[in-house]
Amino acid sequence: MRVTRPRIRVRHPATAVVLLLVVLLAMPQALSTYWIDVLTAVAIYSVVALGLGLLMGRVGLVSLGQIAVLALGAWVAARLDFATSIPFPLVLLIAGTITMVLGTLVGLPALRLSGLYLALITLMLAGAITVVLTTTNFPNGGPGFLGHTESSFGNPAVRRPGIAGGDAAYFRYTVIVAALMFTLVFWHVHSRPGRAWAAIRQSEPAALAAGVNITTYKLWAWALASFVTGVAGGLLAGSVGKLYTYQFPTRDSIILLAVVLMGGIYNLWGAVVAGALMKLLPALLDNWGLPPDLLIILFGAGVLQVLLTAPGGLAGQVPKDLARLGQRLATLSGRRAPEGEAP
Amino acid sequence: MMEVAGLTVRFGGVTPLDGMTVTFDSGTCGLIGPNGAGKTTFFNVLSGFVRPLRGNVRALGDDLLAMPHYKRARWGLRRTFQTEQAIEELSVADNVALAHEHSRQGSRASRRADVRSALAFVGLEVAPHAKVETLGARDRRLVEIARAVVGRPRVVLLDEPAAGLPDEETEHVGRVIRGIPEHTGALVVLVDHDMSLVSACCDTTAVLDFGKLIAAGPTAEVLRDENVVRAYLGTEPVS
Repeated sequence: MRVTRPRIRVRHPATAVVLLLVVLLAMPQALSTYWIDVLTAVAIYSVVALGLGLLMGRVGLVSLGQIAVLALGAWVAARLDFATSIPFPLVLLIAGTITMVLGTLVGLPALRLSGLYLALITLMLAGAITVVLTTTNFPNGGPGFLGHTESSFGNPAVRRPGIAGGDAAYFRYTVIVAALMFTLVFWHVHSRPGRAWAAIRQSEPAALAAGVNITTYKLWAWALASFVTGVAGGLLAGSVGKLYTYQFPTRDSIILLAVVLMGGIYNLWGAVVAGALMKLLPALLDNWGLPPDLLIILFGAGVLQVLLTAPGGLAGQVPKDLARLGQRLATLSGRRAPEGEAP
Repeated sequence: MMEVAGLTVRFGGVTPLDGMTVTFDSGTCGLIGPNGAGKTTFFNVLSGFVRPLRGNVRALGDDLLAMPHYKRARWGLRRTFQTEQAIEELSVADNVALAHEHSRQGSRASRRADVRSALAFVGLEVAPHAKVETLGARDRRLVEIARAVVGRPRVVLLDEPAAGLPDEETEHVGRVIRGIPEHTGALVVLVDHDMSLVSACCDTTAVLDFGKLIAAGPTAEVLRDENVVRAYLGTEPVS
């Protein structure tokens, strides 16, 4: 029996590579610093959405604490950045790893809980982390373990990598790191862990009967999601330079869930759409002179729409709709074609 | 050979298995009984989903109940479910690979060959990369059976593997089941309500009623057994 690879698998990475090249080469040339900063944030939050999409879409675990996990990553990266002179990629790696350990601890209750209870527990944990961060604040070059000083004059910003000091260069750097995180998750999803997660999500008894160690694979999912979110936190620290607790409100975790659902939780492209919804849309509204609070209403309507009509989110629905449109156009043009041609 | 001794399961005031003692020798063995007799509970005990109050199970000399549940699959215990549980999101080949890749048997290439051989054995005529969600009931059942026989299974539990299928498809599933012991060397335990399927597949059959073994032996004899007929049809004379 010969195994032929489906075309769709080949097409998706190709689309990703083309899109990546356009984003990396053309966008920084065409856009102002403001929009480059916005797109950097889109790339960072795409990775955060990727983590939540992995947990929810692949394993069926709800988390309302991902923004707190992002804050943890940012804290660790900022702390390392001020305390040491290790290169930025290593800072990202260590921030990711430490966040991975902490995030996996958050995942421990997930072994016993699911659904609404898990959502509540993760939300409370996010709240707790926010409370602690409000007290400790983010490192800003101050002394001691916390690295925070109240004097706001002359505090240094979190340093960026040498090769990516400017905004355009840092945008490119962020997109490349984000692409690496997507590749890491893509590779997981399409290999042994991905198959185990799919089994766990549909039926834990079936997964157990197939020899899947559910505890290991659930914790693995939390670890991977926390790792990429921690790296995103590190990127965010470098992007904004100065970190404050108000940048990580607990309610953003809920908004993240809404945009991830709208983007599509079963599809890695959904995470990119979610990042754009979370960071690009507010900037556009602002640009058009509309109040940002409008987003809450828009997202509410969007989630309702997704839950009722398109469980695959925009990333699942748009290609289907386009294909349907294409078919309809083809039918229309077929009707116009002269009779007598071969069907 | 699998020896079950004094297996008792209790859920509050209900006792689905009440001191079940039986030996499944080799080949394909049937396990029948009216609804609620404890057949699926027995499978769930073997899989580790239900912890028994008392009793033990020795399969091929190993104490099955002492192993953590995910390790039982790695040992070679495989099963299908009454409501079919092929993983929709995965392809046909990935569904089968799922059961084999945690077994740690052989190399990656040999495991891939095993997956192809299992798919060929059950007679699936769909592409290996087809998503299970696109398949019909028969093919999903066959995917689940392929998942149960891939590699080197030692005990295969089939829980109503042909439920809901029309007759000609049930015949195909029956032919596949009959071939499992020879193809894999595993002991097969078949639970089903379809007596023609059980008669066609099983040399020996055990009968459960209210969690107790009421008959065991060659299938044809067991199906004629007075106690078995009474358990299925009741004792009141029909006027």
